[in-house]
Amino acid sequence: MTSDARPKLAVHKFASCDGCQLALLSLEDELLSLVGEVEVAYFLEASSTTIEGPYDVALVEGSITTAHDAERIQAVRKDAKYLIAIGACATAGGIQALRNWKDLDDFIRAVYATPAFIHSLEKSTPISSHVAVDFQLNGCPINKYQLLEVITALLQGRVPHLASHAVCMECKRRGTVCITVAQGIPCLGPLTHAGCGAICPAYNRGCYGCFGPMETPNPDSLTSHLRKTGVPADELVRLLRGFTGFAEAFRSASEKLEKTAP
Amino acid sequence: MPPNLPRVSASVALPKPALQQVFDNLRAAGFTLVGPTVRDGTIVLDEIARLDDLPVGWTDEQEPGRYRLKKTREAQYFNYGVGPHAWKQFLHPSCLRLFSVEKSNGSWVFRPPEEPPPRYAFVGVRACDVAAIGILDRVLLGGEFRDPHYARRRENVFALVVNCARVNPTCFCTSMKTGPRATTGFDLALTELPEIFLVAVGSDAGSEMLRDTPWEAATAFDLGRAARAMQDVERQVERQLKTDDLPRLLYDNLEHPHWDEVATRCLSCANCTLVCPTCFCTTVVDTSDLRGTKGERIRLADSCFNRDFSHVFGGNIRPNIRSRYRQWLSHKLASWIDQFGTSGCVGCGRCITWCPVGIEITEEVNALRGKAAK
Ligand code: SF4
Ligand code: SF4
Ligand code: SF4
Ligand code: SF4
Repeated sequence: MTSDARPKLAVHKFASCDGCQLALLSLEDELLSLVGEVEVAYFLEASSTTIEGPYDVALVEGSITTAHDAERIQAVRKDAKYLIAIGACATAGGIQALRNWKDLDDFIRAVYATPAFIHSLEKSTPISSHVAVDFQLNGCPINKYQLLEVITALLQGRVPHLASHAVCMECKRRGTVCITVAQGIPCLGPLTHAGCGAICPAYNRGCYGCFGPMETPNPDSLTSHLRKTGVPADELVRLLRGFTGFAEAFRSASEKLEKTAP
Repeated sequence: MPPNLPRVSASVALPKPALQQVFDNLRAAGFTLVGPTVRDGTIVLDEIARLDDLPVGWTDEQEPGRYRLKKTREAQYFNYGVGPHAWKQFLHPSCLRLFSVEKSNGSWVFRPPEEPPPRYAFVGVRACDVAAIGILDRVLLGGEFRDPHYARRRENVFALVVNCARVNPTCFCTSMKTGPRATTGFDLALTELPEIFLVAVGSDAGSEMLRDTPWEAATAFDLGRAARAMQDVERQVERQLKTDDLPRLLYDNLEHPHWDEVATRCLSCANCTLVCPTCFCTTVVDTSDLRGTKGERIRLADSCFNRDFSHVFGGNIRPNIRSRYRQWLSHKLASWIDQFGTSGCVGCGRCITWCPVGIEITEEVNALRGKAAK
């Protein structure tokens, strides 16, 4: 199939857990038609056979945490027409960005038997801190149907339908009763980018922001209100510093809280 | 009307357990009953069948940004206020498949949505919500363009209204002249007394649903008790919204610095518009399969607090929270009047209770007025 007209898709991994790439494989019902429409040319998680670039679409999972990765992402960018960052690591630095507020050497000494072997960058950073990104798909992990929508839209030359409003919209649309108002459970839904379908509040758990900040987040208002209702500042710092804690809106809010709180 | 049924506009006394017969009559007549029931720590609106599906012996506490359910000593049926849900979720659903389309033999085949909507009997509609449905009727049916989906759901609704037995600190129906007692827009309207319901009959259909119940003509004593109870309830409404300087107040203060102040508190989360029984805005999303041979058009509830809502050719006309909050407030209380001839607010207080940071529509108007340019 040398004269294959299908667009070539590559899937690259950086510092991450593989969960977002797996979203592609877990598109069970749609997988066959997907490989009918795109040529999966580079996807080590699924096949060790690879086809050389350039690629039409590169899905990039993971954050940049080593000097080697910082170089590799440049090559990925050069080789791709469209680069799509997928998941909390690639779009916000991921849970591993928790180290950005601490001393890296402390961690390395505590965790590794031979710290000298470890060559890490001081901070875990999103892909967009290194190269131009054409599209970002939020989530930890991403929503597989959103991934399908992005690929479908690219194939059809249209804009993907992905809302950037708050999780609260999805929460209300599915008829969930607000757990913050009715039960006093702190919820990051009003600050968080839609896409998950408001799963957590439907199970009586506060949103913990895994889809990152929504379009116009106002974290200071929510945190000062929650503090008035009795939630301690350090608990709010922990809430904001989750899978997307290094995203600008969440980061600045948690840093402000740390300064004002004992 | 057969002699064993009351006339329209009559008031009758009904022993409380006999309400089950009314439910049974409604179901036998083909209605799907929806009404208040306890779920998720609140009183929601959902399908019900029996009297014990109702929140008997429950009440609620509401204040800005806070709702709690409480048990009461008395086994009253309707001793609570409006909850997080509103009737628009049945009449104007937040997610509606408009049609699907498929390419077959080179041409597109369109399919309308499958089943017809149920015939609803709404149980426990409050006076403010009767007014809200009246507003939706004007918006979605009264103008040049009628919403056929709303029309299909609306035309057969049976309204079993309940006059409020208590008010929450979030209610301001008296300011908006919508409650706490319903005077029109019902098939049956109940006032709950200790051992009976005083039932006002609003239509032939309402009278018909009293068939086989032990109703009796209301006595002067019952009518007096009910009237006094309603006066007491009315006096409990503390929150007020002065309306005589609206809409002018808002139009004259579109650049008021108070909009910046409220924007520091508002999250632009859209909860207020979604719980509001009259906000009607929607967006339409077209989906397609990978090969572009199948698709669907879906209508979703939308809100002026969402950025994409105000995206027009060339940019966004409401990029910040300041302009979105101003749109909400000035639409509800000012431009709605110009558009539809009524206020967009019925004073139900939902937007106050369900705002995650407790922003109060009434207080924002007061703040504007207090600081308004003279
Ligand atoms: S539970 Fe959370 S996501 Fe849902 S409406 Fe409340 S604050 Fe928003
Ligand atoms: S604006 Fe608020 S008080 Fe008025 S009808 Fe809507 S939800 Fe109720
Ligand atoms: S206030 Fe906003 S959401 Fe409500 S009807 Fe007006 S524009 Fe629509
Ligand atoms: S007023 Fe309250 S509910 Fe409405 S958008 Fe602002 S924060 Fe959300």
